[in-house]
Amino acid sequence: MAEKKEYKVIGTRPIRHDGVDKVTGRAIYGADFQITGLLHGRVLRSPHAHARIVSIDTSRAEAYPGVKGVVTAQDLPAAEDKIADLGEGAVSLKYLCDNILASDKALYKGHAIAAVAATNPHIAEEACELIDVEYEVLPPVLEVRQAMEPDAPILHENLRTSSLGETGDKPSNVASHLQHKKGDIDKGFDEADVIIEREFVTGTVHQGYIEPHNATALYNPDGQLTVWCSTQGAFTVREQLAEILQYPISKIKVVPLEIGGGFGGKINVYIKPVAALLAKKTGKPVKVLMNRADVFEGTGPTPASYITIKMGATNEGKITAAQTSLVFEAGAYPGSPVGAGAMCVFAPYNIENVVIDGYDVVVNKPKTAPYRAPGATNAAFGTETVVDELAEKLNIDPLEIRLMNGAKEGDRRADGPVHPRIGFIETLEAAKEHPHYDSPNGKKYHGRGIASGFWFNIGLESSVTINVNPDGTVNLVEGSTDIGGTRASIAMQAAEVLGIPAESVNPTVVDTNSIGYTAVTGGSRTTYATGYAAYEAAQDVVKQMKERAAKLWDVDEDNIQFTDGEFSSINGKEEQISFRDLSARLGETGGPVIGRATMNPAGAGGAFATHVVDVEVDVETGKVEILRYTATQDAGKAIHPSYVEGQIQGGVVQGIGWALNEEYIYNDEGEMTNASFLDYRMPTCLDLPMIDAVIVEVPNPGHPYGVRGVGEVPIVPPPAAIANAIYDAVGIRMTELPMSPDRLLKAMGKI
Amino acid sequence: MARKSHVQTTINGETVEFLCEPRQSLLEVLRDELHLTGAKEGCNNGNCGACSVILDGRLVNSCLVLGAEIDGKSVETIEGLAEPEKLHPIQDAFLENAALQCGICTPGFIMSAKALLDNNPNPTEHEVRYWLAGNLCRCTGYDKIVRAVLDAAAAT
Repeated sequence: MAEKKEYKVIGTRPIRHDGVDKVTGRAIYGADFQITGLLHGRVLRSPHAHARIVSIDTSRAEAYPGVKGVVTAQDLPAAEDKIADLGEGAVSLKYLCDNILASDKALYKGHAIAAVAATNPHIAEEACELIDVEYEVLPPVLEVRQAMEPDAPILHENLRTSSLGETGDKPSNVASHLQHKKGDIDKGFDEADVIIEREFVTGTVHQGYIEPHNATALYNPDGQLTVWCSTQGAFTVREQLAEILQYPISKIKVVPLEIGGGFGGKINVYIKPVAALLAKKTGKPVKVLMNRADVFEGTGPTPASYITIKMGATNEGKITAAQTSLVFEAGAYPGSPVGAGAMCVFAPYNIENVVIDGYDVVVNKPKTAPYRAPGATNAAFGTETVVDELAEKLNIDPLEIRLMNGAKEGDRRADGPVHPRIGFIETLEAAKEHPHYDSPNGKKYHGRGIASGFWFNIGLESSVTINVNPDGTVNLVEGSTDIGGTRASIAMQAAEVLGIPAESVNPTVVDTNSIGYTAVTGGSRTTYATGYAAYEAAQDVVKQMKERAAKLWDVDEDNIQFTDGEFSSINGKEEQISFRDLSARLGETGGPVIGRATMNPAGAGGAFATHVVDVEVDVETGKVEILRYTATQDAGKAIHPSYVEGQIQGGVVQGIGWALNEEYIYNDEGEMTNASFLDYRMPTCLDLPMIDAVIVEVPNPGHPYGVRGVGEVPIVPPPAAIANAIYDAVGIRMTELPMSPDRLLKAMGKI
Repeated sequence: MARKSHVQTTINGETVEFLCEPRQSLLEVLRDELHLTGAKEGCNNGNCGACSVILDGRLVNSCLVLGAEIDGKSVETIEGLAEPEKLHPIQDAFLENAALQCGICTPGFIMSAKALLDNNPNPTEHEVRYWLAGNLCRCTGYDKIVRAVLDAAAAT
């Protein structure tokens, strides 16, 4: 279906449709929402990492002047141990509810315990301090290996390990164990001339979106619940609210406002059900905002992990076997992205003999949430470092060993799927041809590293309607949160079909009452799947407009063709009318035209990236400076190249932060000691060079324009690429993230 | 609750009066009392720059200034930058360079960039990076933001 061809709109760089609102401060984000009679909510959070809740007394808070309502877990419907289906997999309803407001145990510092609605946020905050909670403090467990010890403190008395179809018979912090096998692992290692086995440890990191979570809820006396918020998916918020509140979906409307970043962290709900409970209790609209510490301590970070990787290769460089154990912290409740990590860990390579074990382990930290290619970055840190070491031992260029073993169309992943047409080799070739790769790299303490990454991307449901205006423009209605320019990338696909400029499409993201079901903006799916729906909706417009032209000229519909924005009659009558002129004649030919499409496309092609980085290590301080960064990535087809580059650059920089500085630092009591942007060090522009984003286009056969998701894979290679560059600079293999100055000095034997 | 103070100030060239509690920050006053929600709260402790405004010609984090402190002073916010039919050159440069993704940090970056260019109309790339280091962006990797500011400098 997809082939290289000339486009009029696709591949150009129009100004994004929501741009002016966003550079003038007029765009309304979740926290900016105002409504008459608004109350302000505040959540009381557990000061302990692990504690039994003995009692909660809210009477002093309720009596405080200005307080209009207080809620606790008692206000949530009784959560039996039912399984909630949220579209993206089954979740225990008790776990889901307990993470909103703890019922019996506080499982991490920052766990929500109660919430207050008051006439202003300061009063709500003061009233929180008047809620008396009696805790029985328990020892916390913060690290996966400790949590797996037989005598470890147990988070959930009723949790039994589910391992390869069997359920354990005693309480455990190991929620699940999965395994993928391919070939004969012993035979594979027997065939190897060189075998490398290494252990890796990665820290807990946060998505770090600049906008804290927010929600405003209104409960009307007719039972209608409306929630205004920023979210990656209004429909998933509706589903989660319906499950947690045990409330009919038909009575819930979720209105998505502009969102200030998410990266996977704004899919799960936290304070939205709390705002709804407070609104119900007070009869007033209630706005609940998190502060930055709440965000760090109360919302999903992405997991720390303990990973072992063993790989073997022949003297010629063929990788014959690969084995891994991926142990991921789930946070307080089961559900780490270890499954996704297991899908990605060896996916870039065609290896005959593979064993992958994955473990999902609960610890006393916030429940983890997806973060950009969830699980893949942890896994690639291990794999790509070991591949680099294999290349070094075999005296093969690190790009060459990847070219020799790189996965191609038809190769089967260890977890089952066969790669369709993919562009991994093309990203390696682009890196090899880039002037960066051959540039001088000989200075003392300077080093160069490369690494690759894979993310599978997803499709899922999307809905689009297109209303044709009488002036030849169209209004495009969609349900996908625009988190980084997708109004433009979706509108451009419709514009291409309709033969009109991108600016003639007005895209609007609407609430859950106003468009068909649309899954979250996540999984790098939006430009692919909602863009595909826009393409199909535009085709529907064309089909209906052809009928109108046929009516106008009194010819058969089959005789109408549409090219370059013009309808023409191909048999008999020589007639022609532009899209614009026909748009003005819809009333007389049968009324308005609305194109529509819903879909759940299955062909989201996988994304690959290869990165080259130069670093300088300051051997006195242990600080690593990024000198130059080049990222090649297969985008399939870049709809709006500027925003594809932006995704690549942003992903790279998040990966650099993960590699060098970012981590949750805990004390022995299980308290995060760096819950601020001062102490949780995300990269600033002063820490970075320009990021050279190189777009490679190997069209995805599963999309009419060849689009692949681009958002996630760029975060995957950086930690490994930087580790490999540090090795090149100072001869030390870093196996722990972040590679912060203290760890580097320790590794160099300086402290 | 402490008594509210009466404050008279100039915001984006207009005289503005408001009442505020002693504990209310300038950011809170702008957003909740005056409904100027272009300045964003990202951290409320001066580490992200999303609330950047210009106070008497000086770039500040409005979350670290008290509302009562601006009595008799002059504040420039993102809402005052564009003319009715024309964006400010920095705003244009941000759009042309695709220098925003989610956009939550954008008003703060634009105000920081304005304060930079007001002081130094022809900055080097390093000067731009140094000046903007107080503003966090999590989406863009800063590449296009730095280019936008350099372009805006070249255009003015």
